Amino acid sequence: MRRWLLTALLLGSAVSAEHAERQSGYALLGDELRALQDDDFANPGMLWVDAGERLWSQAAGPDGRSCQDCHGDPTSLRGLANRLPRFDADSERLKNLDTLVRNCREQRQQAAALPHESEDLLALTTLIAHQSRGLPLDVTVDGAASAAFEQGRASFERRRGQLDLSCADCHERLQGARLRGETISAGMINGFPLYRLTWEGLGSRQRMIRWCNEAVRAEPMNPDSQGALALELYLAWRGRGLTLETPAVRR
Amino acid sequence: MSLSARVRIPAAARAGEVIEIRTLVSHPMETGFRVDSFGRRVPRNILTRFSCHYAGREIVTMDLRPGIAANPYLAFRFVADVSGPVELRWEGDQGEVLTEGGHIEVTGA
Repeated sequence: MRRWLLTALLLGSAVSAEHAERQSGYALLGDELRALQDDDFANPGMLWVDAGERLWSQAAGPDGRSCQDCHGDPTSLRGLANRLPRFDADSERLKNLDTLVRNCREQRQQAAALPHESEDLLALTTLIAHQSRGLPLDVTVDGAASAAFEQGRASFERRRGQLDLSCADCHERLQGARLRGETISAGMINGFPLYRLTWEGLGSRQRMIRWCNEAVRAEPMNPDSQGALALELYLAWRGRGLTLETPAVRR
Repeated sequence: MSLSARVRIPAAARAGEVIEIRTLVSHPMETGFRVDSFGRRVPRNILTRFSCHYAGREIVTMDLRPGIAANPYLAFRFVADVSGPVELRWEGDQGEVLTEGGHIEVTGA
């Protein structure tokens, strides 16, 4: 009953879209924010790309190795971020971009860990994802990844938090409806890491998932947990074919 | 993020041409009006002043206020008349100073 009431409130007079459309959040931006995202000079996310470029060639750890020493130019990683997260057969775990950068940092460089959402980690992940801008999201969800994928799908449909809403309740069934002043997005993650005006800064996919969970008053997920990564995998699959926009700009 | 700037200064211009300098600088622009989750006031930390010198003359100055969002973008246009250096300077609450520079080569009279 409570949930039905809330759904009715959220709906207002809008009509529910039963089948979600794969629509980048870019489509919901006004002209000014589109112009800001499209301008590679003024896009504030490019500050993190710049910072990432500085870090890329900066030596770290006891052997004094930089990202550059192993990977060469950052452009060599074009086509990576749009295929993440991926299932790693050796460790039998899902890995997203943050996992890969953090692992590289700790295991290969043997340098101090980069905390989640730290400026340095965001700078490197934004730089790497930026290389794949324009490439379609294309994650592998069959074979060894299928169990994680189904876990992610179930997580997307599972109602949670004090508001008792699932991701699908809003981002599929109410996509395009109004939630106070906002149009409910399709919940696509093709712009991350992105610059969010609400945050006055950059955030990863997992930060957005955490923000969403807090918004329905649910317990936030641990960004390293397989549950959180499985949801990210499902979200990436939902947006398959949408092109990566990193660094996107959103409200 | 550490204080850093993106600037775009035209390298060359014709005399009398209107040119544009664009800048984007990373700064939190903390207003001083917010409180943290413990109810403590977050101290103000903003850029307070921006200036641009062109060929020895101060052509733009700006006082920044807490209402300006993080990572301020500033752009302005002016008439290029002589060749000369450009110096951009940001100053902040914590005594931080960031300078960026360039040179505009003006051709034709």
